[in-house]
Amino acid sequence: MGVSEAAEAAHASVDGAAAAPAISLRGVVKRFGTITAVAGLDLDVAPGICLGVLGPNGAGKSTTMRMLTAQAIPDEGSISVLGWRLPGESKQARAEMGVVPQLDNLDVELTCRQILTVFARLYRVPAGERPGAVQRALQIANLTERAETKVDELSGGMRRRLLIARGLVHRPRLVLLDEPTVGLDPQVRQELWSLIAALRAEGTTVLMSTHYIEEAERLADTVAVMARGLVVARGKPADLVREHAGTQTHEVYGPAARLEELRAQGARNGWAMRRSGPALAILHAERHDGTLPDGVRRAATLEDAFVVLTGEEIE
Amino acid sequence: MSSTRRGRRRLHRLEPAAVIGVMSRDATVFTRNWKTTTFSSIVEPTIYLLAFGFGFGALITSIGGLDYKQYVGTGIVATAVLFSSAFPGMYGTFLKYRFQRTYDAFLAAPVDTDEIVSAEILWIGMRAGVYGNVPLLVAIAFGLDPRPTALLVPIVCFVTGCAFVAFGVALAATAESIDNFSYITSGVLTPMFLTAGTFFPISSFPAGIEAVARLNPLYHCVQLVRDVVVLGVEPLADLGHFAFLLVFGLSLWRVAIWRMRKRLID
Repeated sequence: MGVSEAAEAAHASVDGAAAAPAISLRGVVKRFGTITAVAGLDLDVAPGICLGVLGPNGAGKSTTMRMLTAQAIPDEGSISVLGWRLPGESKQARAEMGVVPQLDNLDVELTCRQILTVFARLYRVPAGERPGAVQRALQIANLTERAETKVDELSGGMRRRLLIARGLVHRPRLVLLDEPTVGLDPQVRQELWSLIAALRAEGTTVLMSTHYIEEAERLADTVAVMARGLVVARGKPADLVREHAGTQTHEVYGPAARLEELRAQGARNGWAMRRSGPALAILHAERHDGTLPDGVRRAATLEDAFVVLTGEEIE
Repeated sequence: MSSTRRGRRRLHRLEPAAVIGVMSRDATVFTRNWKTTTFSSIVEPTIYLLAFGFGFGALITSIGGLDYKQYVGTGIVATAVLFSSAFPGMYGTFLKYRFQRTYDAFLAAPVDTDEIVSAEILWIGMRAGVYGNVPLLVAIAFGLDPRPTALLVPIVCFVTGCAFVAFGVALAATAESIDNFSYITSGVLTPMFLTAGTFFPISSFPAGIEAVARLNPLYHCVQLVRDVVVLGVEPLADLGHFAFLLVFGLSLWRVAIWRMRKRLID
């Protein structure tokens, strides 16, 4: 067990005994025709943590999210959520979790309050508690002033906040966030990050898929990097960076031919490298002191580790 | 946490709370668009009633001992039910699952496909149960004198409506594009509407077509309505008509769930 996993286990322990994972996937495979979207995935999420699933488009993140609500059924393997076995007991699991989808599926004809009231009913919130639950969700999402506004009159950021409020109206123990800030401008993204951070602080278990490095770094206790339908690495962001990208990265700028020549030299010397915008970034630079060409030295980032792990650039 | 407060109750496959929850969404939307929905559902059959009743009614005085206006006034009920059930079942469902992704949102909550489909059928069936009576009320305003058993008409309309919503939902869950509905409207619904015995008896058809027309669910709705409103209940025959509608509806309900599950669950 690595340092980060040990810390995570300690976080999840209750009175010295390890708590059962909030989510557990074992050998999960999901195929769509000839395409294997999820290829034998093993993943545990301890209660009370925020796990960020980071991966490029097509890594299998959204399919994994859909399997956790039984909107996709695995071809192989087993899934349990909050102690319920899926897909047979998925309804019970869904009653205890909230889901914020990547795609906006709000009813545009209804107001914020009407949508939350419908979902409070669907989540079996008792009739007497519904108005209070709706009001609380509106407050969490900072939409109290817009309670009677129809969805098609809300801005993109407000709609996204309403999606989050809809997933929280029943005070779930577990929240699934599928690319919660995709396509939003930086200011709205900051607002949503505050909202998600507040959820974490309350002790709600959060599973968040994202392909934004910064989002994973800022919000997740632990990051699982997915590529080609599998988790290829997992740990605290800082541990992942140290393990896969070292402590320092050396960026060399120059004409394309020069960088190509450098890449060939690096391949011969066994340097780990990646393109970083107009530069060639040499990872684990601290190991090659004195042998590297002129360039700019910077601290290694999760993006460096991500590219090493997945072979793909990311936003 | 709420789950602790409410306990870890095992949820059943077809829960009334989920069905009512989905219907509450439809009812909330209806409070916004009831005028357009009601207009489109009742005006067209009422125009048919007035056009045929007074147009053909001037040429044909009676059919089978019934005044032609009474004949059409009772028959057109089935048309009103068809228009207010099959079309919302087809178009409404298609829009909700394909473009608005409303059903995806429901499925992330503790709601299953069975409950979504059942709720849609019940809600639109209830609306059809009300709208179907409008042509009859118009006919009554123009002199039709109904029997007390006419109070059963909303039940007939509800059952027929549910069956045709299920038919519409099954088609919506099968169609690849909304344009496919043109084939169904022209190739299935229009022939059904014309061979239901609404405007003329199906005995006018050649024997082969008449035999097929007897398998038309709308024909059984027309016969039931005519019997309870003006001709008088014939227990055995009317039970047969009702049973036909029930079997048609229950079969299509299961087909609609099966097709929709294939659409919604990967």
